[in-house]
Amino acid sequence: MERRALRKWLVGGPPLAYLLFFFAAPLAIMVLASFRVPGDFGGLAPLMLEKKLNLTTEAYAALFSDFLYARLFLKSFAYAALATALCLAAGYPLALLIARSPRRYRDLLILLVILPFWSNFLIRVYAWMTILGPQSYVMRALNGVLGLVGLEPVSLLYTPAAVVVTLVYVHLPFMVLPLYANLEKHDPALLDAAQDLGAGAWQRFWRVTFPLSLPGVYAGAALVFIPAFGIFAIPDLVGGTGGIMIGNVIKQQFLDARDWPFGAALSLVLMASAIALAGLAAAFGRGARA
Amino acid sequence: MTRRPAWLWGAAIAAFLFLYAPLAIVVLYSFNDSRLNAQWVGFTFSWYDKLWHNEEMLLAARNSLAIALAAAAASTALGTMAGFALHRYKPRLLPALVLATIAVPEILMGVSLLIFFVLLNITLGMVSIILAHITFCIGFVALVVRARLAGMDESLTEAARDLGATPAQAFRWVTLPLIMPGIVAGALMAFTLSLDDFVITFFTAGVGSATLPLQIYTMVKIAVTPEVNAVSTLLMLLTLTLILIATRLSPSVLRTEASR
Repeated sequence: MERRALRKWLVGGPPLAYLLFFFAAPLAIMVLASFRVPGDFGGLAPLMLEKKLNLTTEAYAALFSDFLYARLFLKSFAYAALATALCLAAGYPLALLIARSPRRYRDLLILLVILPFWSNFLIRVYAWMTILGPQSYVMRALNGVLGLVGLEPVSLLYTPAAVVVTLVYVHLPFMVLPLYANLEKHDPALLDAAQDLGAGAWQRFWRVTFPLSLPGVYAGAALVFIPAFGIFAIPDLVGGTGGIMIGNVIKQQFLDARDWPFGAALSLVLMASAIALAGLAAAFGRGARA
Repeated sequence: MTRRPAWLWGAAIAAFLFLYAPLAIVVLYSFNDSRLNAQWVGFTFSWYDKLWHNEEMLLAARNSLAIALAAAAASTALGTMAGFALHRYKPRLLPALVLATIAVPEILMGVSLLIFFVLLNITLGMVSIILAHITFCIGFVALVVRARLAGMDESLTEAARDLGATPAQAFRWVTLPLIMPGIVAGALMAFTLSLDDFVITFFTAGVGSATLPLQIYTMVKIAVTPEVNAVSTLLMLLTLTLILIATRLSPSVLRTEASR
């Protein structure tokens, strides 16, 4: 038993130590940093000031007292929630079709869903800069149609709409995979039974398939919403000034404004709200399963 | 009875188009003989030629490869140990840490590492990027290796032990060869994750340590040029090749990826 304990530490010790040092410790330091005072030239002021701890809750006070940040959180929430809903609308039929395909094609189809996702994140954002650019075929066609029905031409690049479209594109596989994992396990006999009892296609879907798939819906929603909520590169590149999200402000605090305590506080509030929402989704998921 | 009505096919095909058309456009325009990314003019290789003579881009490519190699090597070693420990010893703290590194929003990991490195007086550059990349790669390697171990017949190791092998020998000659595909898949995955990372690199990079994604970001931010199409096409080709090999070696790569 002694030797087994020794082996356990020899094998598990180094990765544990690495993650404690380079993952847990930085997070803990960030929590502390959110209570510290910004330095005169950016960064952090000394932790000890005249032999006393130089700590304050000013960053949080600033965050919660300024309506600007509440609005920014709400706006980020709205963009992420809208993107999540659109991912669900686009991803559900795809997941359903794959789950109802012959077994031998399923892995291939799922691979096809994931494959684009393995190209670099920035490339996928950049692709939409091309598509939504004012001179692109898509935009010219769109504005042509708008012109025919007598509407003013629109531009989408550097607007909130571009942010939402790109968010959907980048996160769609996150929605499809948990949905598929759930839908694949459904027993087709349930649908046969519903049909025998006289349920039409519409009823079979809304009263059998969809309720059973709710755990997958909640899991997918959490997987899309959480990364979308904190993103900064997408609004940075396609959002213009009107499309900025909370992630952009965090980035600014660390790179331009250099108010680290405030940036740390913003990041932690972001994480706390993401965890709270994920917890909520998990609770709903469990409720749906019961 | 198959329940795949026409509307389902239609919606699914539309979704696949939505997934692939944007990337197809990037690839197509990388061969387009026009400075504007708007209209097909004619075929050319000139953007690739330009790329080949772009010193900044070449430096970024070299940085990216060096970082990905170092991060993949270290995280494969540490991640394999973690995966083995998770499977064999059921530790208490390690699983939570491994999952947390995967679940935590990237921006949070990037920002916290930035504060950490600056407070420790570690100059932001190649070293800080590598240390950061190892941190987020360990968990993925661990999960792939653990999945491989879970699918392994435990009685093989027991048989080796019954025949007099020490635990170390049983590991070296029985377990290790059996889980090797999982380890290689994990290594390839770590390599691509490192090569692709933008957010965490963004916060932990310093002067002269720009990686390919950072370089693409800078270029796209200033002005959209077709050179970005060319470098994107090459990068896509590289990561897709690596990931297809990894998936062949260990199907659990797909499932692990789903949790990213």
